[in-house]
Amino acid sequence: MENHFETGIENLRQKLLVMASHTEKSVNDAVQALTQRDHALALRVKADDDMIDQCEVEIDELAIQLLTKAPLATNLRLVTVAMKISQDLERIGDEASKIAKRARDLAQEPPIKLNLDLPRMAGIALQMLKAALDAFVNRDPAAARVVIPRDKEVDAFNKQIHATLVQHMVENPDAISRCLHWMVAAKSLERIADHATNIAEDVVYLCEAQDIRHTGFKNQPSPAAS
Amino acid sequence: MNTVTPGQYLPETAGDTTRITRSFRAERFDFWSFFFSGLTGLATLFILGILATILLNIIVNGWSAISWHFVSTIPKKDFFDANTTGVLPMIVGTAFRVIVMTIFVIPVGVITAIYLTEYAANTSIITRIIRAAVNNLAGVPSIVFGLFGLGFFINFVGKNLDKLLHNTDAVWGQPALIWASLTLAVMTLPVVIVATEESLKAIPPGLREASLALGATKLETILKIVLPQALPGIMTGGILAVSRAAGEVAPILFTGVAYYMASLPGHLSDQFMDLGYHIFVLSTQSPNIEQTRPILYATVLTLLMLTFALNIVAILIRARVRKKLRALG
Amino acid sequence: MAEILIPKLAPQATAATTAPAGAPFIEIEDVSLFYGASKALKNISLKLEEKVVTAFIGPSGCGKSTLLRCLNRMNDLIDNVRIDGAIKIGGHDIYASDVDVIELRKRVGMVFQKSNPFPKSIYENVAYGLRLHGVKAKSDLDGRIEECLRASALWDEVKDRLHSSALGLSGGQQQRLCIARAIAIKPEVILMDEPASALDPIATARIEDLILDLKKEFTIVIVTHNMQQAARISDQTAFFYIGELVEFGPTTKIFTNPSQKRTEDYVSGRFG
Repeated sequence: MENHFETGIENLRQKLLVMASHTEKSVNDAVQALTQRDHALALRVKADDDMIDQCEVEIDELAIQLLTKAPLATNLRLVTVAMKISQDLERIGDEASKIAKRARDLAQEPPIKLNLDLPRMAGIALQMLKAALDAFVNRDPAAARVVIPRDKEVDAFNKQIHATLVQHMVENPDAISRCLHWMVAAKSLERIADHATNIAEDVVYLCEAQDIRHTGFKNQPSPAAS
Repeated sequence: MNTVTPGQYLPETAGDTTRITRSFRAERFDFWSFFFSGLTGLATLFILGILATILLNIIVNGWSAISWHFVSTIPKKDFFDANTTGVLPMIVGTAFRVIVMTIFVIPVGVITAIYLTEYAANTSIITRIIRAAVNNLAGVPSIVFGLFGLGFFINFVGKNLDKLLHNTDAVWGQPALIWASLTLAVMTLPVVIVATEESLKAIPPGLREASLALGATKLETILKIVLPQALPGIMTGGILAVSRAAGEVAPILFTGVAYYMASLPGHLSDQFMDLGYHIFVLSTQSPNIEQTRPILYATVLTLLMLTFALNIVAILIRARVRKKLRALG
Repeated sequence: MAEILIPKLAPQATAATTAPAGAPFIEIEDVSLFYGASKALKNISLKLEEKVVTAFIGPSGCGKSTLLRCLNRMNDLIDNVRIDGAIKIGGHDIYASDVDVIELRKRVGMVFQKSNPFPKSIYENVAYGLRLHGVKAKSDLDGRIEECLRASALWDEVKDRLHSSALGLSGGQQQRLCIARAIAIKPEVILMDEPASALDPIATARIEDLILDLKKEFTIVIVTHNMQQAARISDQTAFFYIGELVEFGPTTKIFTNPSQKRTEDYVSGRFG
């Protein structure tokens, strides 16, 4: 005999995974469009964002439905975390769209003569997102905890890129509009890393029922027994 | 494809879908149901018919001799004369012995039933012995009770009581109202016990639990909650006992009834006359059966009316108790 | 320019809103119960706090009602029952040989699953316990009965028909009457055995609100098979399974993050 409630919970999990893979792909594509100056790819990212938005709506609807059945314990945590993760993923999708927009604009102009560390920053952000989502799939809180301190690296990169671009703008006023595009793209990547951090914190809550947001314990290892 | 037998179902309108509807009338006549309900009706009529026949026979034959004089006169020794006879002492005797019996049988029966239901462990050997005794008591023939009454109450208890009280003449060691009543009480004890037990068992255990959970003792629970609820059932037992005892003659033969008493019984140690016994006397000792027949029927009718009256009074009291229980506490 | 006042954030609530830490009031120490040779309760140890609602949950036959009935010695009424271990209420062992069961039941009251008002008037139902324990004067009775019926949220509905039969009340009203009857004698503990399981949702909700009010004055232990109910009204929850205590802790923890897998499975509806 089927446990219909468990089926609903599994359904929610699956929807979340689908949304996660769409989002990951969007970010990958956006970064690629930016670094390879691929105008066509940039346009596809913007179109895919609609699908991500639709996923968020479906996940929230399903979550509310499951809440009326009064889930408890792990199921309760999963449903509430699913709503949060879907929101973070949707924002990540929006940021990917913004990067794609800037990529589109930059592709139409000649490249600036500057060596930015943006590809490395993007790499870390992508790694963080992948790691957080993998931790969710594998229900691995330890892996999620590892993601969180890397946010500092991304922030550092952002500051550095920002400074470099400001310097370049002062020296080359004709490159200002292109530099501003790059700044916005870097900012979006920094936001993506923040959201990935949120997702990691949510995964820790889901698996261990520990709320590690806004505490200083981000660098602590996970508690002994559970 | 339509695999339905044509005509068995009534298809609704033609259209894309034919919805099959069937009327709810029975397919065939159910003979056996009809037969058995008819049989039970016939049985009821049969019993009512017998009852009506008996009653009508008695009423028709005895009505002529019934009069106020008849029921209020103490007859002379010759009570075969329709003009001078009366049945007052027999009415009083029957009524007294039934009432005294009730005074003894109800308390003893109720207390025994309370013990069996509320206190005794169902599996213990003593409980089983008591229950077996009660069941067997119900099967003892009434004449045996009469002999028991003679041997135990009169020859043992009565004689020793006389010795204790230093009576020169036999006061208690002879047939008396008290001994007849006690014998009847022993005879009707099973009826009261069973009726009381049934009414006690019918009380939901939740009520007892609620009382005990409030800190009442078992006795308080029984007295305040259980017994008041069981009262109608107990009264039913009493009614059944009274009905049975009023008509019994064998138990009182050796224990207290007299062929003739010149006055009404005034003391528990007096003997008494009895309607049932008088019917026996009239039908066997009469010199002139034709003359005695109306008196006989009238006595029978009197006995029936007395039993009926006693029952009615008891039923009315029980109905009032029930009404009171239902309305408020 | 006007100064923009930023309101100070309220200090963050500490981890879980659990019951205030009080001295244990009911101490169940290594209690086992035998029906003949069969062990129905297996070495239960539990400490319940005062003026707190504790819920006993678990699948049918797990022993939660049996344990509840040990607390006011209602199991004494069953033949062939043996209890090992000690149960202390307020520090006193209730199975000691010098304990007066009547006095115990005066201080530990009980409300049953199926409401069982006496077939008497509403007034007499509440007065029953009071009269048992010596309150006789009409003025005392009247006052106390009104107090209890108000506390049970029943006064307004019955004040004009106090002397009509209790059996004329609806199921939910009857159960509230049973609660009023139980609190009339001012017990310290109220035991409730699935008090709302026979009631419709609205009557159930009123009983639950009543319990939340009552916990200010009484220590309450409630057996329930409805986990949402336990989550709604209890401060602490004990989960039982086949005669054993599996887990005991603050309600929020049991229902959001239980430590034992069996608890997690039961609470998530995977069995039971």
